[in-house]
Amino acid sequence: MNLQAIVLSLRLACTVSAMLLLISLPLAYWLAFTNWRGKFLLESVVALPLVLPPTVLGFYALIALGPRGALGKFWQSLFGHPLAFTFTGLVLASMLYSLPFAVQPLVASFESLDRRLLDASSMLGASRTRSFFRIILPLAWPGVITAVVLSFAHTLGEFGVVLMVGGNLAGITRTVSIDIYDRVQALDYRGAHQTALFLLLISFVVLSVVYGVNRRIWSPWLNR
Amino acid sequence: MLSVHIEKEFRAARATPFQLNVREDFTSGFTVLFGPSGAGKSTLLDCLAGLVKPDKGWIRFDGEIFFHAEKGISLPPQKRGIGYVFQSLALFPHLSVEDNVSYGLPGLPAAERLKRLQRVLGAFHIQDLRSRKPGELSGGEKQRVALARSVVTEPRILLLDEPLTGLDGGLRQAILEDLRSWNAEQRIPILYVTHNREEVDAIGDRVVAVVDGHVRESGIPRSVLDAPRAVALAQAAGFENLLSGRVLEHRVTDGVMRVGLNSSECELEVPLGAAEVGDGVQVAIRAGDILLATELPHGLSARNIMPGTVEAVETRGTTVSVQVNAGARFTVHVTPGATRSLELERGSLVWLVVKTHSCHVVTPR
Repeated sequence: MNLQAIVLSLRLACTVSAMLLLISLPLAYWLAFTNWRGKFLLESVVALPLVLPPTVLGFYALIALGPRGALGKFWQSLFGHPLAFTFTGLVLASMLYSLPFAVQPLVASFESLDRRLLDASSMLGASRTRSFFRIILPLAWPGVITAVVLSFAHTLGEFGVVLMVGGNLAGITRTVSIDIYDRVQALDYRGAHQTALFLLLISFVVLSVVYGVNRRIWSPWLNR
Repeated sequence: MLSVHIEKEFRAARATPFQLNVREDFTSGFTVLFGPSGAGKSTLLDCLAGLVKPDKGWIRFDGEIFFHAEKGISLPPQKRGIGYVFQSLALFPHLSVEDNVSYGLPGLPAAERLKRLQRVLGAFHIQDLRSRKPGELSGGEKQRVALARSVVTEPRILLLDEPLTGLDGGLRQAILEDLRSWNAEQRIPILYVTHNREEVDAIGDRVVAVVDGHVRESGIPRSVLDAPRAVALAQAAGFENLLSGRVLEHRVTDGVMRVGLNSSECELEVPLGAAEVGDGVQVAIRAGDILLATELPHGLSARNIMPGTVEAVETRGTTVSVQVNAGARFTVHVTPGATRSLELERGSLVWLVVKTHSCHVVTPR
Protein backbone atom coordinates (compact mmCIF):
# COMPACT_ATOMS: atom_id res chain seq x y z
CA MET A 1 0.00 0.00 0.00
CA ASN A 2 1.38 3.36 -0.99
CA LEU A 3 0.60 5.69 1.89
CA GLN A 4 2.34 8.58 0.20
CA ALA A 5 0.04 8.36 -2.81
CA ILE A 6 -3.03 8.08 -0.62
CA VAL A 7 -2.09 11.14 1.43
CA LEU A 8 -1.35 13.05 -1.76
CA SER A 9 -4.70 12.09 -3.27
CA LEU A 10 -6.59 13.11 -0.14
CA ARG A 11 -4.69 16.39 0.03
CA LEU A 12 -5.46 17.06 -3.62
CA ALA A 13 -9.14 16.20 -3.23
CA CYS A 14 -9.51 18.36 -0.11
CA THR A 15 -7.75 21.36 -1.67
CA VAL A 16 -9.68 21.08 -4.91
CA SER A 17 -13.11 20.71 -3.32
CA ALA A 18 -12.47 23.58 -0.88
CA MET A 19 -11.26 25.94 -3.59
CA LEU A 20 -13.98 24.83 -5.97
CA LEU A 21 -16.61 25.66 -3.37
CA LEU A 22 -15.23 29.18 -3.05
CA ILE A 23 -15.39 29.69 -6.80
CA SER A 24 -18.63 27.81 -7.42
CA LEU A 25 -20.78 29.61 -4.85
CA PRO A 26 -20.64 33.00 -6.61
CA LEU A 27 -20.61 31.38 -10.06
CA ALA A 28 -23.67 29.24 -9.27
CA TYR A 29 -25.43 32.22 -7.68
CA TRP A 30 -24.88 34.21 -10.82
CA LEU A 31 -26.00 31.36 -13.10
CA ALA A 32 -29.11 30.74 -11.01
CA PHE A 33 -30.28 34.33 -10.72
CA THR A 34 -29.09 36.24 -13.79
CA ASN A 35 -31.46 37.18 -16.57
CA TRP A 36 -28.65 37.53 -19.07
CA ARG A 37 -29.61 36.00 -22.41
CA GLY A 38 -26.14 34.64 -23.08
CA LYS A 39 -26.17 32.62 -19.89
CA PHE A 40 -26.42 29.35 -21.81
CA LEU A 41 -22.93 29.96 -23.22
CA LEU A 42 -21.37 29.98 -19.77
CA GLU A 43 -23.48 26.99 -18.77
CA SER A 44 -22.06 25.09 -21.72
CA VAL A 45 -18.51 26.04 -20.79
CA VAL A 46 -19.05 24.88 -17.21
CA ALA A 47 -20.48 21.57 -18.43
CA LEU A 48 -17.69 20.93 -20.97
CA PRO A 49 -15.58 18.75 -18.63
CA LEU A 50 -18.53 16.36 -18.45
CA VAL A 51 -18.32 15.49 -22.13
CA LEU A 52 -14.67 16.03 -23.00
CA PRO A 53 -12.37 13.03 -22.57
CA PRO A 54 -10.00 13.74 -19.65
CA THR A 55 -7.08 13.40 -22.04
CA VAL A 56 -8.37 16.27 -24.18
CA LEU A 57 -8.91 18.42 -21.13
CA GLY A 58 -5.53 17.40 -19.74
CA PHE A 59 -3.86 18.14 -23.05
CA TYR A 60 -5.19 21.71 -23.17
CA ALA A 61 -4.43 22.17 -19.49
CA LEU A 62 -0.88 21.00 -20.10
CA ILE A 63 -0.44 23.48 -22.93
CA ALA A 64 -1.89 26.33 -20.84
CA LEU A 65 0.16 25.46 -17.78
CA GLY A 66 3.36 24.68 -19.66
CA PRO A 67 6.23 27.18 -19.88
CA ARG A 68 4.95 28.47 -23.25
CA GLY A 69 1.28 28.69 -22.18
CA ALA A 70 -0.15 31.97 -20.97
CA LEU A 71 -0.80 30.76 -17.44
CA GLY A 72 2.49 28.89 -17.20
CA LYS A 73 4.46 31.92 -18.44
CA PHE A 74 2.75 34.21 -15.97
CA TRP A 75 3.38 31.75 -13.15
CA GLN A 76 7.04 31.36 -14.05
CA SER A 77 7.55 35.13 -14.10
CA LEU A 78 5.98 35.32 -10.63
CA PHE A 79 7.55 32.34 -8.89
CA GLY A 80 10.45 31.38 -11.08
CA HIS A 81 9.38 27.78 -11.70
CA PRO A 82 6.96 26.21 -14.18
CA LEU A 83 3.45 25.12 -13.30
CA ALA A 84 3.22 21.85 -15.17
CA PHE A 85 4.20 18.72 -13.25
CA THR A 86 3.69 20.45 -9.87
CA PHE A 87 1.05 19.98 -7.19
CA THR A 88 -0.30 23.48 -7.84
CA GLY A 89 -0.65 22.72 -11.53
CA LEU A 90 -2.47 19.54 -10.62
CA VAL A 91 -4.85 21.46 -8.37
CA LEU A 92 -5.66 23.94 -11.14
CA ALA A 93 -6.28 21.25 -13.74
CA SER A 94 -8.36 19.19 -11.31
CA MET A 95 -10.49 22.21 -10.45
CA LEU A 96 -11.30 22.65 -14.11
CA TYR A 97 -12.03 18.96 -14.43
CA SER A 98 -14.39 18.83 -11.40
CA LEU A 99 -16.02 22.23 -11.94
CA PRO A 100 -19.40 20.96 -13.20
CA PHE A 101 -19.69 18.61 -10.24
CA ALA A 102 -19.47 21.54 -7.86
CA VAL A 103 -21.45 24.10 -9.88
CA GLN A 104 -24.40 22.06 -11.05
CA PRO A 105 -25.73 20.85 -7.67
CA LEU A 106 -25.42 24.41 -6.38
CA VAL A 107 -27.26 25.92 -9.34
CA ALA A 108 -29.98 23.27 -9.01
CA SER A 109 -30.47 23.94 -5.31
CA PHE A 110 -30.41 27.73 -5.77
CA GLU A 111 -32.92 27.53 -8.59
CA SER A 112 -35.28 25.38 -6.56
CA LEU A 113 -35.52 28.02 -3.83
CA ASP A 114 -38.79 29.92 -3.58
CA ARG A 115 -37.95 33.32 -5.12
CA ARG A 116 -40.53 34.93 -2.90
CA LEU A 117 -38.29 34.18 0.11
CA LEU A 118 -35.60 36.31 -1.49
CA ASP A 119 -38.13 39.02 -2.32
CA ALA A 120 -39.29 38.92 1.30
CA SER A 121 -35.69 39.27 2.47
CA SER A 122 -35.19 42.30 0.20
CA MET A 123 -38.41 43.89 1.41
CA LEU A 124 -37.12 43.54 4.97
CA GLY A 125 -34.09 45.61 4.00
CA ALA A 126 -31.56 42.80 3.61
CA SER A 127 -28.73 43.31 1.12
CA ARG A 128 -27.95 40.58 -1.41
CA THR A 129 -25.04 39.43 0.72
CA ARG A 130 -27.22 39.15 3.81
CA SER A 131 -29.91 37.31 1.85
CA PHE A 132 -27.26 34.95 0.55
CA PHE A 133 -25.86 34.00 3.94
CA ARG A 134 -29.08 34.08 5.95
CA ILE A 135 -31.58 32.62 3.46
CA ILE A 136 -30.00 31.07 0.37
CA LEU A 137 -27.09 29.22 1.94
CA PRO A 138 -28.99 27.64 4.85
CA LEU A 139 -31.83 26.53 2.60
CA ALA A 140 -29.52 25.30 -0.17
CA TRP A 141 -27.35 23.41 2.33
CA PRO A 142 -28.06 19.94 0.85
CA GLY A 143 -26.86 21.29 -2.50
CA VAL A 144 -23.68 22.61 -0.90
CA ILE A 145 -22.96 19.24 0.71
CA THR A 146 -23.61 17.46 -2.57
CA ALA A 147 -21.30 19.85 -4.43
CA VAL A 148 -18.46 19.29 -1.97
CA VAL A 149 -18.88 15.53 -1.88
CA LEU A 150 -19.11 15.15 -5.63
CA SER A 151 -16.09 17.34 -6.37
CA PHE A 152 -14.11 15.54 -3.65
CA ALA A 153 -14.99 12.10 -4.98
CA HIS A 154 -14.49 13.09 -8.58
CA THR A 155 -11.05 14.52 -7.88
CA LEU A 156 -10.05 11.50 -5.82
CA GLY A 157 -10.79 9.20 -8.74
CA GLU A 158 -9.33 11.18 -11.63
CA PHE A 159 -6.71 9.65 -13.82
CA GLY A 160 -6.43 11.05 -17.31
CA VAL A 161 -5.98 14.69 -16.40
CA VAL A 162 -3.42 13.87 -13.72
CA LEU A 163 -1.43 11.76 -16.12
CA MET A 164 -1.37 14.54 -18.74
CA VAL A 165 -0.68 17.47 -16.45
CA GLY A 166 1.05 15.98 -13.44
CA GLY A 167 2.96 13.09 -14.83
CA ASN A 168 4.07 10.56 -12.28
CA LEU A 169 6.33 12.16 -9.66
CA ALA A 170 6.30 10.38 -6.32
CA GLY A 171 5.01 12.61 -3.51
CA ILE A 172 4.23 15.47 -5.91
CA THR A 173 1.87 14.22 -8.57
CA ARG A 174 1.66 10.45 -8.14
CA THR A 175 -1.92 10.08 -6.96
CA VAL A 176 -3.63 6.87 -5.93
CA SER A 177 -5.09 6.10 -9.33
CA ILE A 178 -1.70 6.57 -11.01
CA ASP A 179 -0.07 4.44 -8.33
CA ILE A 180 -2.55 1.64 -8.84
CA TYR A 181 -2.07 1.80 -12.60
CA ASP A 182 1.72 1.66 -12.07
CA ARG A 183 1.47 -1.39 -9.87
CA VAL A 184 -0.83 -3.23 -12.25
CA GLN A 185 1.62 -2.51 -15.08
CA ALA A 186 4.40 -3.91 -12.88
CA LEU A 187 2.20 -6.97 -12.09
CA ASP A 188 2.24 -6.00 -8.37
CA TYR A 189 -1.39 -7.05 -7.93
CA ARG A 190 -1.05 -7.33 -4.15
CA GLY A 191 0.04 -3.70 -3.79
CA ALA A 192 -2.64 -2.55 -6.23
CA HIS A 193 -5.24 -4.49 -4.25
CA GLN A 194 -4.30 -2.91 -0.94
CA THR A 195 -4.34 0.64 -2.25
CA ALA A 196 -7.53 0.10 -4.21
CA LEU A 197 -9.33 -1.41 -1.23
CA PHE A 198 -8.18 1.39 1.01
CA LEU A 199 -9.47 3.98 -1.45
CA LEU A 200 -12.74 2.13 -1.78
CA LEU A 201 -13.23 2.07 1.99
CA ILE A 202 -12.34 5.74 2.47
CA SER A 203 -14.70 6.77 -0.30
CA PHE A 204 -17.53 4.71 1.11
CA VAL A 205 -17.06 5.98 4.67
CA VAL A 206 -16.83 9.63 3.61
CA LEU A 207 -19.91 9.38 1.41
CA SER A 208 -22.03 7.57 3.95
CA VAL A 209 -21.07 9.94 6.76
CA VAL A 210 -21.96 12.93 4.62
CA TYR A 211 -25.22 11.51 3.32
CA GLY A 212 -26.18 10.22 6.76
CA VAL A 213 -25.57 13.57 8.46
CA ASN A 214 -27.25 15.37 5.61
CA ARG A 215 -30.43 13.36 5.96
CA ARG A 216 -30.70 13.59 9.74
CA ILE A 217 -30.33 17.35 9.89
CA TRP A 218 -32.35 18.43 6.93
CA SER A 219 -35.22 16.01 6.63
CA PRO A 220 -37.63 17.89 8.95
CA TRP A 221 -37.70 20.77 6.46
CA LEU A 222 -37.55 18.79 3.29
CA ASN A 223 -40.50 16.64 4.32
CA ARG A 224 -42.49 19.64 5.39
CA MET B 1 -49.63 59.99 -0.42
CA LEU B 2 -48.49 57.33 -2.87
CA SER B 3 -48.92 58.41 -6.49
CA VAL B 4 -48.64 55.85 -9.24
CA HIS B 5 -48.50 56.43 -12.96
CA ILE B 6 -47.06 53.35 -14.62
CA GLU B 7 -47.22 51.09 -17.65
CA LYS B 8 -45.78 47.61 -17.96
CA GLU B 9 -46.16 45.11 -20.75
CA PHE B 10 -45.68 41.36 -20.46
CA ARG B 11 -45.21 39.28 -23.58
CA ALA B 12 -43.07 36.23 -23.02
CA ALA B 13 -44.75 34.65 -20.02
CA ARG B 14 -48.30 34.69 -21.31
CA ALA B 15 -50.15 33.49 -24.36
CA THR B 16 -51.74 36.88 -24.93
CA PRO B 17 -49.83 40.08 -24.20
CA PHE B 18 -50.86 41.62 -20.94
CA GLN B 19 -50.61 45.28 -20.18
CA LEU B 20 -50.65 46.90 -16.78
CA ASN B 21 -51.60 50.55 -16.95
CA VAL B 22 -52.36 52.24 -13.65
CA ARG B 23 -52.77 55.89 -12.69
CA GLU B 24 -53.96 56.19 -9.14
CA ASP B 25 -53.28 57.92 -5.84
CA PHE B 26 -53.30 56.03 -2.57
CA THR B 27 -53.83 57.91 0.66
CA SER B 28 -53.23 56.68 4.19
CA GLY B 29 -55.59 54.00 5.50
CA PHE B 30 -56.94 50.92 3.76
CA THR B 31 -57.39 50.77 0.02
CA VAL B 32 -58.74 47.50 -1.27
CA LEU B 33 -57.51 46.43 -4.70
CA PHE B 34 -60.31 44.26 -5.97
CA GLY B 35 -60.63 42.35 -9.21
CA PRO B 36 -60.69 38.92 -10.81
CA SER B 37 -57.55 36.84 -10.50
CA GLY B 38 -55.04 37.59 -13.23
CA ALA B 39 -56.14 41.22 -13.40
CA GLY B 40 -52.67 42.48 -12.47
CA LYS B 41 -53.20 43.32 -8.80
CA SER B 42 -50.15 41.42 -7.56
CA THR B 43 -48.03 42.77 -10.40
CA LEU B 44 -49.02 46.28 -9.40
CA LEU B 45 -47.83 45.58 -5.85
CA ASP B 46 -44.56 44.15 -7.18
CA CYS B 47 -44.01 47.36 -9.17
CA LEU B 48 -44.66 49.51 -6.10
CA ALA B 49 -42.32 47.34 -4.03
CA GLY B 50 -39.53 47.62 -6.60
CA LEU B 51 -39.45 43.89 -7.36
CA VAL B 52 -40.70 44.49 -10.90
CA LYS B 53 -39.65 47.45 -13.02
CA PRO B 54 -42.38 49.22 -15.00
CA ASP B 55 -41.66 50.15 -18.63
CA LYS B 56 -42.90 53.71 -18.37
CA GLY B 57 -44.08 56.27 -15.87
CA TRP B 58 -43.28 57.06 -12.29
CA ILE B 59 -44.04 56.19 -8.67
CA ARG B 60 -43.82 58.87 -5.99
CA PHE B 61 -44.34 58.84 -2.28
CA ASP B 62 -44.65 62.09 -0.32
CA GLY B 63 -42.38 63.94 -2.74
CA GLU B 64 -39.79 61.17 -2.85
CA ILE B 65 -39.29 59.46 -6.20
CA PHE B 66 -39.38 55.65 -5.99
CA PHE B 67 -39.31 55.15 -9.71
CA HIS B 68 -39.00 57.38 -12.75
CA ALA B 69 -38.50 55.75 -16.12
CA GLU B 70 -37.33 58.85 -17.98
CA LYS B 71 -34.93 59.99 -15.29
CA GLY B 72 -33.67 56.44 -14.92
CA ILE B 73 -34.46 56.35 -11.21
CA SER B 74 -35.43 53.09 -9.57
CA LEU B 75 -34.99 52.85 -5.83
CA PRO B 76 -34.13 49.27 -4.79
CA PRO B 77 -36.75 47.46 -2.66
CA GLN B 78 -34.48 47.73 0.40
CA LYS B 79 -34.60 51.54 0.29
CA ARG B 80 -38.32 52.07 -0.23
CA GLY B 81 -39.40 51.37 3.33
CA ILE B 82 -42.31 49.21 2.22
CA GLY B 83 -43.76 46.27 4.13
CA TYR B 84 -45.06 43.53 1.85
CA VAL B 85 -46.97 40.39 2.76
CA PHE B 86 -47.04 38.00 -0.19
CA GLN B 87 -49.90 35.72 -1.00
CA SER B 88 -47.63 32.77 -0.23
CA LEU B 89 -46.54 34.61 2.97
CA ALA B 90 -42.92 33.53 2.28
CA LEU B 91 -42.00 32.89 5.90
CA PHE B 92 -38.40 31.69 6.18
CA PRO B 93 -38.83 27.96 6.86
CA HIS B 94 -35.51 27.52 8.68
CA LEU B 95 -36.03 30.38 11.14
CA SER B 96 -38.19 30.48 14.25
CA VAL B 97 -41.12 32.88 14.53
CA GLU B 98 -38.95 35.21 16.59
CA ASP B 99 -36.11 35.15 14.05
CA ASN B 100 -38.57 35.61 11.20
CA VAL B 101 -40.14 38.65 12.81
CA SER B 102 -36.85 40.26 13.84
CA TYR B 103 -35.18 39.53 10.49
CA GLY B 104 -35.72 43.11 9.37
CA LEU B 105 -34.11 44.62 12.48
CA PRO B 106 -30.44 43.64 12.23
CA GLY B 107 -28.89 47.03 12.88
CA LEU B 108 -30.76 47.86 16.08
CA PRO B 109 -29.27 47.65 19.59
CA ALA B 110 -30.37 44.47 21.36
CA ALA B 111 -32.63 46.26 23.84
CA GLU B 112 -34.51 48.25 21.21
CA ARG B 113 -34.79 45.19 19.03
CA LEU B 114 -36.33 43.18 21.86
CA LYS B 115 -38.72 45.98 22.71
CA ARG B 116 -40.01 46.23 19.16
CA LEU B 117 -40.22 42.49 18.84
CA GLN B 118 -42.28 42.15 21.98
CA ARG B 119 -44.58 44.98 21.02
CA VAL B 120 -45.36 43.53 17.61
CA LEU B 121 -45.70 39.95 18.90
CA GLY B 122 -48.18 41.31 21.43
CA ALA B 123 -50.08 43.38 18.88
CA PHE B 124 -50.69 40.33 16.72
CA HIS B 125 -51.17 37.89 19.64
CA ILE B 126 -48.34 35.54 18.74
CA GLN B 127 -46.13 35.78 21.87
CA ASP B 128 -46.60 32.09 22.57
CA LEU B 129 -45.30 31.05 19.16
CA ARG B 130 -41.86 32.68 19.45
CA SER B 131 -39.74 29.56 19.24
CA ARG B 132 -41.83 27.63 16.72
CA LYS B 133 -40.86 27.07 13.11
CA PRO B 134 -43.28 28.08 10.33
CA GLY B 135 -43.86 24.39 9.56
CA GLU B 136 -45.43 24.00 12.99
CA LEU B 137 -47.95 26.83 12.65
CA SER B 138 -51.58 26.80 11.56
CA GLY B 139 -52.70 28.88 8.59
CA GLY B 140 -54.01 31.74 10.72
CA GLU B 141 -50.87 31.77 12.88
CA LYS B 142 -48.66 31.94 9.78
CA GLN B 143 -50.67 34.88 8.49
CA ARG B 144 -50.27 36.71 11.80
CA VAL B 145 -46.50 36.07 11.80
CA ALA B 146 -46.19 37.34 8.23
CA LEU B 147 -48.09 40.51 9.13
CA ALA B 148 -45.99 41.04 12.25
CA ARG B 149 -42.78 40.56 10.26
CA SER B 150 -43.82 43.12 7.67
CA VAL B 151 -44.81 45.85 10.14
CA VAL B 152 -42.00 45.46 12.70
CA THR B 153 -39.67 47.52 10.51
CA GLU B 154 -42.17 50.42 10.75
CA PRO B 155 -42.73 50.68 6.99
CA ARG B 156 -44.05 53.81 5.31
CA ILE B 157 -46.40 51.80 3.09
CA LEU B 158 -47.90 48.36 3.61
CA LEU B 159 -48.73 46.04 0.72
CA LEU B 160 -50.90 43.04 1.53
CA ASP B 161 -51.53 40.46 -1.19
CA GLU B 162 -54.50 38.37 -0.09
CA PRO B 163 -52.93 37.95 3.34
CA LEU B 164 -56.04 36.47 4.95
CA THR B 165 -57.16 34.04 2.26
CA GLY B 166 -58.64 30.84 3.56
CA LEU B 167 -59.50 32.12 7.03
CA ASP B 168 -63.05 32.02 8.33
CA GLY B 169 -64.88 35.30 8.83
CA GLY B 170 -64.37 35.58 12.59
CA LEU B 171 -60.63 34.96 12.55
CA ARG B 172 -60.22 37.26 9.58
CA GLN B 173 -62.13 39.98 11.38
CA ALA B 174 -59.94 39.56 14.48
CA ILE B 175 -56.71 39.89 12.49
CA LEU B 176 -58.10 42.86 10.58
CA GLU B 177 -58.91 44.52 13.90
CA ASP B 178 -55.30 43.97 15.06
CA LEU B 179 -54.09 45.55 11.84
CA ARG B 180 -56.52 48.45 12.12
CA SER B 181 -55.53 49.30 15.68
CA TRP B 182 -51.86 49.06 14.69
CA ASN B 183 -52.46 51.50 11.85
CA ALA B 184 -54.41 53.90 14.07
CA GLU B 185 -50.99 55.06 15.30
CA GLN B 186 -49.01 54.70 12.07
CA ARG B 187 -51.51 56.16 9.58
CA ILE B 188 -49.75 54.77 6.54
CA PRO B 189 -51.27 53.71 3.22
CA ILE B 190 -52.25 50.04 3.29
CA LEU B 191 -52.96 48.44 -0.09
CA TYR B 192 -54.96 45.29 0.40
CA VAL B 193 -55.41 42.94 -2.55
CA THR B 194 -58.30 40.54 -2.65
CA HIS B 195 -60.76 38.96 -5.03
CA ASN B 196 -63.09 38.07 -2.19
CA ARG B 197 -66.19 40.22 -1.95
CA GLU B 198 -66.62 39.45 1.76
CA GLU B 199 -63.19 40.85 2.56
CA VAL B 200 -64.02 44.06 0.74
CA ASP B 201 -67.11 44.45 2.90
CA ALA B 202 -65.16 43.59 6.05
CA ILE B 203 -62.58 46.30 5.37
CA GLY B 204 -65.16 48.67 4.01
CA ASP B 205 -62.97 51.65 3.15
CA ARG B 206 -61.98 52.67 -0.32
CA VAL B 207 -61.95 50.12 -3.12
CA VAL B 208 -60.08 50.27 -6.43
CA ALA B 209 -61.35 47.81 -9.01
CA VAL B 210 -58.63 46.43 -11.28
CA VAL B 211 -59.67 44.61 -14.46
CA ASP B 212 -57.30 43.54 -17.25
CA GLY B 213 -54.46 45.59 -15.85
CA HIS B 214 -56.46 48.81 -15.68
CA VAL B 215 -58.19 50.61 -12.85
CA ARG B 216 -61.84 50.42 -13.92
CA GLU B 217 -63.50 52.13 -11.01
CA SER B 218 -62.69 53.42 -7.57
CA GLY B 219 -64.71 54.66 -4.62
CA ILE B 220 -66.58 53.18 -1.70
CA PRO B 221 -67.33 49.45 -2.07
CA ARG B 222 -71.08 49.92 -2.46
CA SER B 223 -70.82 52.23 -5.43
CA VAL B 224 -68.08 50.21 -7.14
CA LEU B 225 -69.11 46.64 -6.53
CA ASP B 226 -72.88 46.93 -6.40
CA ALA B 227 -73.03 48.54 -9.82
CA PRO B 228 -70.08 47.16 -11.75
CA ARG B 229 -69.56 48.50 -15.22
CA ALA B 230 -67.30 45.71 -16.50
CA VAL B 231 -68.23 42.07 -17.04
CA ALA B 232 -65.11 40.68 -15.39
CA LEU B 233 -65.72 42.85 -12.35
CA ALA B 234 -69.39 41.78 -12.17
CA GLN B 235 -68.28 38.14 -12.17
CA ALA B 236 -65.69 38.81 -9.50
CA ALA B 237 -68.15 40.76 -7.39
CA GLY B 238 -70.50 37.79 -7.36
CA PHE B 239 -73.28 38.67 -9.77
CA GLU B 240 -74.84 35.30 -10.46
CA ASN B 241 -76.87 36.44 -13.47
CA LEU B 242 -75.02 37.85 -16.47
CA LEU B 243 -77.41 38.01 -19.41
CA SER B 244 -76.46 39.06 -22.93
CA GLY B 245 -78.85 41.27 -24.83
CA ARG B 246 -79.34 44.19 -27.15
CA VAL B 247 -80.66 47.68 -26.41
CA LEU B 248 -84.09 48.00 -28.07
CA GLU B 249 -85.24 51.45 -27.03
CA HIS B 250 -84.32 54.46 -24.88
CA ARG B 251 -87.13 55.95 -22.81
CA VAL B 252 -85.40 59.10 -21.67
CA THR B 253 -88.40 60.55 -19.81
CA ASP B 254 -88.79 57.34 -17.77
CA GLY B 255 -85.02 57.15 -17.19
CA VAL B 256 -84.88 53.62 -18.53
CA MET B 257 -84.04 51.61 -21.61
CA ARG B 258 -85.44 48.33 -22.84
CA VAL B 259 -83.03 45.44 -23.37
CA GLY B 260 -84.08 42.37 -25.31
CA LEU B 261 -82.28 39.29 -24.07
CA ASN B 262 -80.63 37.22 -26.78
CA SER B 263 -82.43 34.17 -28.17
CA SER B 264 -85.60 34.75 -26.20
CA GLU B 265 -88.71 36.89 -26.02
CA CYS B 266 -87.54 38.23 -22.67
CA GLU B 267 -87.24 41.97 -22.21
CA LEU B 268 -85.84 43.85 -19.23
CA GLU B 269 -86.21 47.47 -18.27
CA VAL B 270 -82.87 48.72 -17.05
CA PRO B 271 -81.57 52.13 -15.95
CA LEU B 272 -80.58 54.42 -18.80
CA GLY B 273 -76.90 53.83 -19.53
CA ALA B 274 -74.17 54.75 -21.94
CA ALA B 275 -75.22 52.15 -24.51
CA GLU B 276 -76.90 53.18 -27.80
CA VAL B 277 -79.96 51.55 -29.34
CA GLY B 278 -78.80 48.39 -31.12
CA ASP B 279 -75.69 47.98 -28.93
CA GLY B 280 -74.91 44.58 -27.45
CA VAL B 281 -74.80 44.77 -23.66
CA GLN B 282 -74.78 42.45 -20.68
CA VAL B 283 -77.13 42.81 -17.76
CA ALA B 284 -75.86 41.77 -14.32
CA ILE B 285 -78.41 40.87 -11.64
CA ARG B 286 -77.68 39.45 -8.20
CA ALA B 287 -79.54 36.22 -7.51
CA GLY B 288 -80.66 37.69 -4.20
CA ASP B 289 -82.22 40.74 -5.89
CA ILE B 290 -84.85 38.73 -7.78
CA LEU B 291 -88.26 38.02 -6.22
CA LEU B 292 -90.35 34.93 -6.94
CA ALA B 293 -94.17 34.94 -6.90
CA THR B 294 -96.57 32.08 -7.53
CA GLU B 295 -99.21 34.33 -9.13
CA LEU B 296 -99.02 37.48 -11.22
CA PRO B 297 -98.31 40.28 -8.78
CA HIS B 298 -99.86 43.70 -9.30
CA GLY B 299 -99.51 47.11 -7.77
CA LEU B 300 -95.73 46.79 -7.58
CA SER B 301 -93.17 49.44 -8.43
CA ALA B 302 -90.96 46.79 -10.00
CA ARG B 303 -91.21 47.01 -13.77
CA ASN B 304 -89.83 43.63 -14.78
CA ILE B 305 -92.31 40.83 -14.21
CA MET B 306 -91.89 37.66 -16.26
CA PRO B 307 -93.45 34.20 -16.17
CA GLY B 308 -91.14 31.22 -15.97
CA THR B 309 -90.74 27.56 -15.03
CA VAL B 310 -88.59 26.25 -12.19
CA GLU B 311 -85.93 23.94 -13.63
CA ALA B 312 -83.96 23.08 -10.49
CA VAL B 313 -84.01 23.73 -6.77
CA GLU B 314 -80.78 23.29 -4.85
CA THR B 315 -80.19 23.97 -1.16
CA ARG B 316 -76.78 25.31 -0.12
CA GLY B 317 -76.62 26.00 3.59
CA THR B 318 -79.12 28.74 4.39
CA THR B 319 -79.61 29.66 0.75
CA VAL B 320 -81.75 27.92 -1.80
CA SER B 321 -80.65 28.42 -5.38
CA VAL B 322 -83.57 28.21 -7.82
CA GLN B 323 -83.02 27.99 -11.58
CA VAL B 324 -85.88 29.57 -13.50
CA ASN B 325 -86.37 29.42 -17.26
CA ALA B 326 -88.22 32.50 -18.48
CA GLY B 327 -86.95 32.30 -22.02
CA ALA B 328 -83.59 33.22 -20.59
CA ARG B 329 -82.24 31.33 -17.58
CA PHE B 330 -82.16 33.09 -14.21
CA THR B 331 -80.60 32.05 -10.91
CA VAL B 332 -82.63 33.19 -7.90
CA HIS B 333 -81.66 32.93 -4.24
CA VAL B 334 -84.43 32.46 -1.69
CA THR B 335 -84.58 31.16 1.87
CA PRO B 336 -85.53 27.55 2.71
CA GLY B 337 -88.64 28.95 4.41
CA ALA B 338 -89.77 30.74 1.26
CA THR B 339 -89.13 27.59 -0.75
CA ARG B 340 -91.48 25.66 1.54
CA SER B 341 -94.27 28.23 1.69
CA LEU B 342 -94.22 28.76 -2.09
CA GLU B 343 -93.94 24.99 -2.57
CA LEU B 344 -91.20 25.48 -5.11
CA GLU B 345 -90.11 22.40 -7.00
CA ARG B 346 -89.05 21.38 -10.45
CA GLY B 347 -91.81 22.30 -12.91
CA SER B 348 -93.49 24.95 -10.71
CA LEU B 349 -94.80 27.96 -12.60
CA VAL B 350 -93.55 31.22 -11.08
CA TRP B 351 -93.31 34.92 -11.79
CA LEU B 352 -89.92 36.63 -11.66
CA VAL B 353 -89.89 40.16 -10.29
CA VAL B 354 -86.82 42.36 -10.83
CA LYS B 355 -86.50 46.03 -9.93
CA THR B 356 -85.10 48.22 -12.66
CA HIS B 357 -82.27 49.34 -10.41
CA SER B 358 -81.28 45.77 -9.63
CA CYS B 359 -80.34 45.43 -13.30
CA HIS B 360 -76.82 46.68 -13.95
CA VAL B 361 -75.69 47.21 -17.49
CA VAL B 362 -72.13 46.11 -17.96
CA THR B 363 -70.29 46.58 -21.20
CA PRO B 364 -68.45 43.66 -22.74
CA ARG B 365 -64.83 44.78 -22.99
